[in-house]
Amino acid sequence: MSKIKAENVNVYYGSKQALFDVSIDIAEKEVTALIGPSGCGKSTFLRCLNRMNDVIEICRVEGSIKMDNLELNSRKLDVVRLRENVGMVFQKPNPFPKTIYENVAYGPTIHGIAQSKEEMDQIVETSLKKAALWNEVKDRLDEIGTGLSGGQQQRLCIARAISVSPEVILMDEPCSALDPIATAQIEELIDDLKKEVTIVIVTHSMSQAARVSQKTGFFHLGKLIEFGPTDKIFKNPDNQQTQDYITGRFG
Amino acid sequence: MNSFKKNLLKKRYNAERRFQWYGKIAIGLALSFLAVFMFQIFSKGYSAFQKTWIVTEVHYDKELLLIDAESPSKDDLENADYYDVAYKAMTSLDPGLPEEEDRQLIQMVSYKYEAEVKDLLLKNPDYLGKIVPIKLTASDDVDQVHKGNYPRDIPEQNRRVNDYQLQIYDMLNERGDILSEFNISFFTSPDSREAELAGIASSFMGTVFSILVCLAFSFPVAVLAAIYLEEFAPKNKFTDFIEVNINNLAAVPSIVFGLLGLGVLLAVFNLPRSTPLVGGITLSLMTLPTIIIAARASLKAVPPSIREAALAMGASNMQTTMHHTVPLSMPGTLSGTIIGLAQALGETAPLILIGMVAFVNTIPGTPVDPAASLPVQIYIWSESAERGFVEKVSACIMVLLAFLILMNLAAQIVRHKFEKKWS
Repeated sequence: MSKIKAENVNVYYGSKQALFDVSIDIAEKEVTALIGPSGCGKSTFLRCLNRMNDVIEICRVEGSIKMDNLELNSRKLDVVRLRENVGMVFQKPNPFPKTIYENVAYGPTIHGIAQSKEEMDQIVETSLKKAALWNEVKDRLDEIGTGLSGGQQQRLCIARAISVSPEVILMDEPCSALDPIATAQIEELIDDLKKEVTIVIVTHSMSQAARVSQKTGFFHLGKLIEFGPTDKIFKNPDNQQTQDYITGRFG
Repeated sequence: MNSFKKNLLKKRYNAERRFQWYGKIAIGLALSFLAVFMFQIFSKGYSAFQKTWIVTEVHYDKELLLIDAESPSKDDLENADYYDVAYKAMTSLDPGLPEEEDRQLIQMVSYKYEAEVKDLLLKNPDYLGKIVPIKLTASDDVDQVHKGNYPRDIPEQNRRVNDYQLQIYDMLNERGDILSEFNISFFTSPDSREAELAGIASSFMGTVFSILVCLAFSFPVAVLAAIYLEEFAPKNKFTDFIEVNINNLAAVPSIVFGLLGLGVLLAVFNLPRSTPLVGGITLSLMTLPTIIIAARASLKAVPPSIREAALAMGASNMQTTMHHTVPLSMPGTLSGTIIGLAQALGETAPLILIGMVAFVNTIPGTPVDPAASLPVQIYIWSESAERGFVEKVSACIMVLLAFLILMNLAAQIVRHKFEKKWS
């Protein structure tokens, strides 16, 4: 079932066009990987899905992006509500310089999700458990989140993202700053999370895309070259460019 | 390695060594200037923290005090006539002196000696009718002689202390009746025309009130302006124009702000002249750009990833700013504010223009009472011809420097203790 349906999305940074007619169907409760060389527009597309491009003043998005038939690329859309439903994990772990507890509790607090302290404690605990961090931090919830190791920080960011129970989580190269062990933990986590949420992940690592995703889209120079089941993209792509990129001939 | 290469390498090492020496010499020069400056001020000023007293005996004679009552009340003591008693206390130092020459003795103590005689009795009513020793503030001339600042070997007609007074001084000094004690009144008294009585209480309080008013006006305005410009304002030609103007404002000579204060605050709004209120507002015009620039710099230093994190969680712009960016920028903003205030602390020109240069011999209790300020006090005293004020100028500079060092220290502590380190 399709969760997000993008049609003819064009993105411009000032006069420079960054995305050309991208159309893609993102299926519910699956992991969709977006791959491609640097500057190909995959992150730009990801940021269209929770309107993070709004922050960039010169950025202009055209086309239609629908999530459950709700038009995302509309001036009338309440961005705050959208971002409550579409969480995001960034390339560099960016926990708030506050305690671990406050990091996770921030989303539920501003969206008024928890009615009581007990409920909030429960949310923090579940989120940290889902992010496979609970056992490591349960005794030091009042320590500063930025004091954790890189992999723990990234899992804390994931816990923060899932604390508001979003339907979609966007991940922008979540493992690029992490060592292989931490990366493996995050990948495992992604596998668990996809039972409940739709995940779109941008990655530089093709092996990662092959490991975690069910569908893969290959971007090149702002165009979506090929999109399909991960198996097919990696084993038997239709397009020559995809073939060349997968086999490491460019990119 | 051929000789050409060797030579080149040697040259490079020599150049680096020379460069390091230039740097060391520059630092050495700067430090020696500072040392000379400090030595000058301390060697001249430290004696101002000592006060010279002349000890004599006073006879609280009921007849001379014109007290008739058998057991006089507080009011009787208050209204008594102390002139004769005080006069006798001084002239008793040399009973042989002809009456027409008595001024020579009276001039050795401050003109307030009569009040000092009165105060002692009011504090100790049982002294009435007794002969008791009393400490009287020595005149600034005797004070300077005692501190060794006054040359005794110049011709008598060029000296403010004549030979007779020196003789009395030497006699008293031998008897141990010249006392030198810590000068509390320098900190508790307002300004005075007499060097021995002048203190910094008025100007110190004036400075404190001015700085507080300056903080109250400039901090909220500057922080709000910085937050709006940095976090909310669209980046266009108009905001660029505002930014350029703020930077220019920081470079405007302070005397211009003084004229503005004079022309607007005093002439148009009719605020009370010579008061810390007007002084503080004028100074806040000066600190405003400093704080705005510091606050914007520290807002800019908050990594964009924190803003993104908050926005992606569904926080509004306002929540992102108030929950994350502003708290994280506060240490930088605060230390910038303290440094801006420290600059304002040393400002003289604008305060002179708005009338804080007036002679004020009361201690201000509120920001709307007339007051001087420390730098202006330095200016006023340095204009005075009397020798007694020379050390006061240096002492006042020392107090101002101590104030400045404390504030800069506070800025450093705020910065280092609370600022988040971004790896």
